[in-house]
Amino acid sequence: MTAVHDASELQFDGIPVDRADIKKFKWSSILWLSPAGILVMALFVLPTIYALYIGFTNMQLLGPFAQHLSFTGLSNFDRMIHDPVFWSSVKMTLVFVIGSGIIAQTVLGFALALLGQRAKISLRATVGSIVILAWVLPEITVAFIWYAFGQAGGTLSELIARPGDDLLATVPLLIVCVANAWRGTAFSMLILSAGLRNVPAEVDEAAQLEGASYWQRLWRVTIPIMRSTIMVNMLLITIGTISDFTLIWAMTQGGPGNETAILPVYMYIQAFQFNDLGYGTAIALALIVVGALLSIIYVRQLRPELKKAQ
Amino acid sequence: MISVNLLLAIIGAAFLLPLIWLVDAALNPHASAALTGPAWSLSNFRAALAAGAGGAIKNSLYLAMVSTIVATSVSTIAAFALSRHRVPFKASLLLVILFLAGLPVTLLLIPIFEIYVHLGWLNSPFYTSLVLAATSVPFAIWLLKNFIDQVPRELEEAAAIEGASDLRILWGIVIPLAMPGILVASILTFINSWGAFLIPLVLDANPKDQPGAVGIFQFMSANGVVHFGPLAAYSIIFSAPVVLMYLICSRWLNGGFAFAGGVKG
Repeated sequence: MTAVHDASELQFDGIPVDRADIKKFKWSSILWLSPAGILVMALFVLPTIYALYIGFTNMQLLGPFAQHLSFTGLSNFDRMIHDPVFWSSVKMTLVFVIGSGIIAQTVLGFALALLGQRAKISLRATVGSIVILAWVLPEITVAFIWYAFGQAGGTLSELIARPGDDLLATVPLLIVCVANAWRGTAFSMLILSAGLRNVPAEVDEAAQLEGASYWQRLWRVTIPIMRSTIMVNMLLITIGTISDFTLIWAMTQGGPGNETAILPVYMYIQAFQFNDLGYGTAIALALIVVGALLSIIYVRQLRPELKKAQ
Repeated sequence: MISVNLLLAIIGAAFLLPLIWLVDAALNPHASAALTGPAWSLSNFRAALAAGAGGAIKNSLYLAMVSTIVATSVSTIAAFALSRHRVPFKASLLLVILFLAGLPVTLLLIPIFEIYVHLGWLNSPFYTSLVLAATSVPFAIWLLKNFIDQVPRELEEAAAIEGASDLRILWGIVIPLAMPGILVASILTFINSWGAFLIPLVLDANPKDQPGAVGIFQFMSANGVVHFGPLAAYSIIFSAPVVLMYLICSRWLNGGFAFAGGVKG
């Protein structure tokens, strides 16, 4: 389409004229947008605004403050700053997102994409299907599989020749991270192998003629070219991982102790087990802040590419 | 070259092992947390059905169907307007929609719970499915707008000259031509709602409404004993529909579906 997007660009004797091929705003458009608009307003925008209010109250699930709540200012956040469980929860969230999400999934996914590029087609298709199957399974199924795997007497403990060890008790965070990496790698594999196909072969061949080794070409040519794809992939993994609840809740319920209570899990425990909806919401707001901070890092990294695209 | 294949095969085997355990445990009447070796018995599947897998699957189907129908229809209409009409602040609106698609549902859960308490909408599969629909709408609009943008406009212009209304153009021209995109959006919404756990767990405490994911979770933590065999069978029954759907989706949309690219030879 070579259409001029700004209607005012067309003039006749200096007078702007309406273009026949550009639609003018009609009020009926609002009608078209309203079903989705009402749904999103009622169950997305309104709850978000409401969350900003609940986080500053002493709202309870049950009891006297369930009906007659009062505005308590920053007291939830004051409590949060002095809550050691909250801070360990933040730390575990970062380990979970960065370790099992960003690092493990990106590295494994990229490794699979690179190997797939050079391996036999039938093998690539088979391994690709297996990895994708792990990704397509419902989260609860993945949680159950790894719950069994990590137990005392489970396959994983037998593999490391210590069948008596309950890995879910000794290294719980590691096991939920492995489970999450197992489940999520397919996404990176798919995005990054699509990205690899867009790397022009000539550039790589030229580097090869200059005598660059495979690793040099990978590090100096392929990865820099794929930088924005890798960044977008990391951003999407972060958004997907940071609010993860099902996997950890079904595997460990945040335990033992609070050793796997990442922020969404800690929010659920506070809100629906300790009945403290106000504090739970404050934790959810903290989760948004952590997510926003991580996203800002990516967007800053992507800025040169975004500028180029404009 | 050999080492590349070997390495890929090793990673593939590591990914396969948990899946093998699942199938092995489902078929073995004496299943445990470890691999037990092949046995061919369907007794675990019977035990899973006796534990309520059938009813839970029906509930999952209801939640997934209702939320998919609601989300896809409102998103298609909105995406058409965003693609074809002149909408003020369209660029900002699209950015807001993209932002909402990335917003964690976790944040919304407590406020929605409170709103539902006041409206008396708790413990209702229908209202629960509306939340599931809403969580899928932003992404569905974004996806569908891109698909509808690619539908050529010449046919619509011809139809408009003949005096067809916008509604007829949408129904008669755009929807049939954007069908692959509409199916992708529906299937993604369906898969998302099918596996939903936290939202039904919080919004519908009625045991007879519990979907498969909640059913498996309750079964896992029931009476302190973990019945690995029946649970594995339950998980397979629950996972089969979405796996099948994904297979159909990636096969049928072959070239148009970016996800298929990864496994294509």
